[in-house]
Amino acid sequence: MSETTGGVEMQEDVSGVVKKFLYVNRKAPYGTIYALESLEVVLIAAAFDQDVSLVFLDDGVYQLVKGQHTKTIDVKNFSPTYRALEGYDIEKLYVEKESLAARGLTPEDLIVPVTLLSAAEMSDLMDGQDIVLSF
Amino acid sequence: MLHTVNKSPMERNTLERCLQYAKKGSAILLIEDGVYGALKGTTVTDKVRKAMKDVTIYALYPDIEARGMQDRAIDGIKLVDYGGFVDLVAEHRNVQSWL
Repeated sequence: MSETTGGVEMQEDVSGVVKKFLYVNRKAPYGTIYALESLEVVLIAAAFDQDVSLVFLDDGVYQLVKGQHTKTIDVKNFSPTYRALEGYDIEKLYVEKESLAARGLTPEDLIVPVTLLSAAEMSDLMDGQDIVLSF
Repeated sequence: MLHTVNKSPMERNTLERCLQYAKKGSAILLIEDGVYGALKGTTVTDKVRKAMKDVTIYALYPDIEARGMQDRAIDGIKLVDYGGFVDLVAEHRNVQSWL
């Protein structure tokens, strides 16, 4: 069965394994590469049909703000990708209420519909995950 | 003297330290994630407004626009483009970058 893998036992019955993946986004979009890298890795997990949730805390909420125009800073505007996530069956997007309020933002300022959670609720969500990836 | 701040005030204390150091009549230019310090309705807005009595605060508009923050800048903050950035550097004797 594993003759072609040089003796390494390949796990072939992984199709049924679905883990809960949580991506924690805490950085503003263009000052660092974190936000863009997070999106890349999110799409990888989606390709493996995992149970994916994205949360946005602190400056991470800035990633979702509408009306980003990046031509004059000569970097790719990746904010439309958040709207495309639905097409990859990634529909669980959570934003921390407190972080939004601290920045004078409301859900109407965001590019996608999200679920608002308090920090306490977010903490419960985090606690219930199999894998937590932090950006 | 010109001060520049390039980090979000919610993530680092560089804007706060800059505001403490900036003497009356000096200029502060907010760039990159520093532009989040130029906005209305945030937890640092009051502090920035207060500082504007003594210092002139500028923000780099391309960075504001990139982040979708058009129309959110505090009234009185001067929005500049890259040419304006160069002018500010040329006009001031020295520059402290709060990295």
